[in-house]
Amino acid sequence: MTTNKQQIPPLGGRRARRTTLFDKIWDAHVVSTIENGPTQLYIDRHFCHEVTSPQAFNGLRARGLKVFRPELTTMTADHNIPTIDQDKPVKDPISRHQLETFAKNAKEFNMPIYYPLGHSKNGIVHVIGPENGFTQPGMTIVCGDSHTSTHGAFGTIAFGIGTSEVEMVLATQCILQTRPKTMRITFNGKLKPGVTSKDLALYMISKLTTGGATGYFVEYAGEAIRNMTMEERMTVCNLSIEMGARGGLIAPDETTFNYVKGREFAPKGEEWDKKLAYWKTLKSDDDAVFDMELTFDASEIEPMITYGTNPGMGMRISDSIPTLDEVGETGRISFQKSLDYMGFQPGEKLLGKSIDYVFLGSCTNGRIEDFRLFANYVKGKKKAKNVTAWLVPGSWKVRKQIEEEGLDKILEAAGFSIRQPGCSACLAMNDDKIPAGKYAVSTSNRNFEGRQGPGARTILAGPLVAAAAAVSGRITMP
Amino acid sequence: MEKFKTITSSVVPLPIENVDTDQIIPARFLKATDKEGFGDNLFADWRYQKDGTPKSDFVLNNPTYAGSILVAGKNFGSGSSREHAAWAIGGYGFKVVVSSFFADIFKNNALNNGILPVVVSPEFLNDIFKAVKKDPKTTLTVNLQDQVITNNANKAGETFEINAYKKECLLNGLDDIDYLLSKKELIEEFERKRSPLNPPRGTLGECK
Repeated sequence: MTTNKQQIPPLGGRRARRTTLFDKIWDAHVVSTIENGPTQLYIDRHFCHEVTSPQAFNGLRARGLKVFRPELTTMTADHNIPTIDQDKPVKDPISRHQLETFAKNAKEFNMPIYYPLGHSKNGIVHVIGPENGFTQPGMTIVCGDSHTSTHGAFGTIAFGIGTSEVEMVLATQCILQTRPKTMRITFNGKLKPGVTSKDLALYMISKLTTGGATGYFVEYAGEAIRNMTMEERMTVCNLSIEMGARGGLIAPDETTFNYVKGREFAPKGEEWDKKLAYWKTLKSDDDAVFDMELTFDASEIEPMITYGTNPGMGMRISDSIPTLDEVGETGRISFQKSLDYMGFQPGEKLLGKSIDYVFLGSCTNGRIEDFRLFANYVKGKKKAKNVTAWLVPGSWKVRKQIEEEGLDKILEAAGFSIRQPGCSACLAMNDDKIPAGKYAVSTSNRNFEGRQGPGARTILAGPLVAAAAAVSGRITMP
Repeated sequence: MEKFKTITSSVVPLPIENVDTDQIIPARFLKATDKEGFGDNLFADWRYQKDGTPKSDFVLNNPTYAGSILVAGKNFGSGSSREHAAWAIGGYGFKVVVSSFFADIFKNNALNNGILPVVVSPEFLNDIFKAVKKDPKTTLTVNLQDQVITNNANKAGETFEINAYKKECLLNGLDDIDYLLSKKELIEEFERKRSPLNPPRGTLGECK
């Protein structure tokens, strides 16, 4: 990794040049600026789910407010829903009440875009946004969910917000935000075969640590990023928050335009042509100045796993966990606490280690390409007897496509079954909880203590490593 | 929102780094549709056994430590954007969280709930932990008006940053929504004037 922290002379509290892609999109959305304070930013698209919105709607009620621009909010139930029997009433009364509240809010506030359980466009908020064409280059996008950074793959400023901010957006279509610093991370070279965009992201986070990009908005660039499909780019941008970044974005190109074109909410006809011409201008200028620049060689990246309890604690699958000597003194207590939770020893190798669960899904890796990779690997093989596998598509559209491509038959022949869409075991709000002490190889985004259930031990990985673990019952090089 | 006043209080030390919001309030407690009661489940998995009895080795269960100031290791509040984390911290009774580094979203959420995140230098943080270890009755004074935090054990003070707007909001008990609602005309003007090429408005097929 090479670092170049640029010293930029301040100019009346602002930096001298603002020619990055981030700056262009940000500047196009500034409604007003508060002196010595945040910027009032206009939001083009707001995504909304059942868990972080009820208190915001209550806030509107308490103030006697309407939703200012209802058509700019997309509502989908995803976080707290079962992934089986979605056609039946939700068993847990508190979860059912939360979903009923979501429905009531949609109705009472006349929200025109609302996808409840079982709707053909229902799914994880960051999967359905792009797949239905809501997500378009140049937009500002927010959601009460930190993985909103996913949408940055289309060249948008997209970031997670809290519930107070959800209320602000519902009430005014605006938000007050302090302008973050800019960082560019360039991946030169090509990824090796069998190395996924998830591996690239886990590698990057392991280098930057879990707070290494805090305060920054990241632009991803370089040959390895350009070569990626939209879904691969979404995986990278999705994980921006795991190194603390406010968000991550990628300049739109032909790959982006081809993906967006023809989707339901994408511009059509003459409007498409006009928008396309504008979208083609959305890139950082050649002389753009970033507050920080990092460069990696993509060809050095290998399949990755995590060994600890934050996404920055990652390593190559064949590596050993760092020893206490390799960890700085101040971080040693936290490091040891983390390994104690995971039941691992400093210096231990994890290759060959027996695992109990495999989770394929989430806004990070729950798209059709992830299912293709997984199915292709397990084709003709059998799921290991000691492994419980949960395969959870990111949306109903993804599930439908799995069936259309016959991937369900391949997976079933190998001993797997496909569940109904939702966030599922990524945050385990529903019944999809990994039991205490069990090891899960998970394609999701967080390995925090208890994230996948109280006491659950999460090993983050890409879909190929997950597939290899599912058939061997062990941590295995795919 | 309550007006923020100068606080002098003993502290609850949590010298753990990278405390993520899943630890502050685990996801299974996010099923509520109001903001009440989250304080009871603050740090639930560190604080309680499976059967709900308190874990005696966790700081919130140690009667030696109390106060309205939480002092935590660096990178506090990383991970999920859940504002429930701020509601849990506020609900428990904390008014201030001190650390050498905060995650962005948590910082915003705290401020939007009248909780002040105070960023101090790693040395200052370490001195607090040391002083509290020596004498759990050690107090800190947090003066938002002057932007000064004082460790009353050694009388050492440090200034802290906060943007002028947020400071005014906290001191006067105002929130961002009040401000934004006062700008409605400006927002409508922005919608009218912005480039027709870069707004999604009017482009949504079924919602026109």
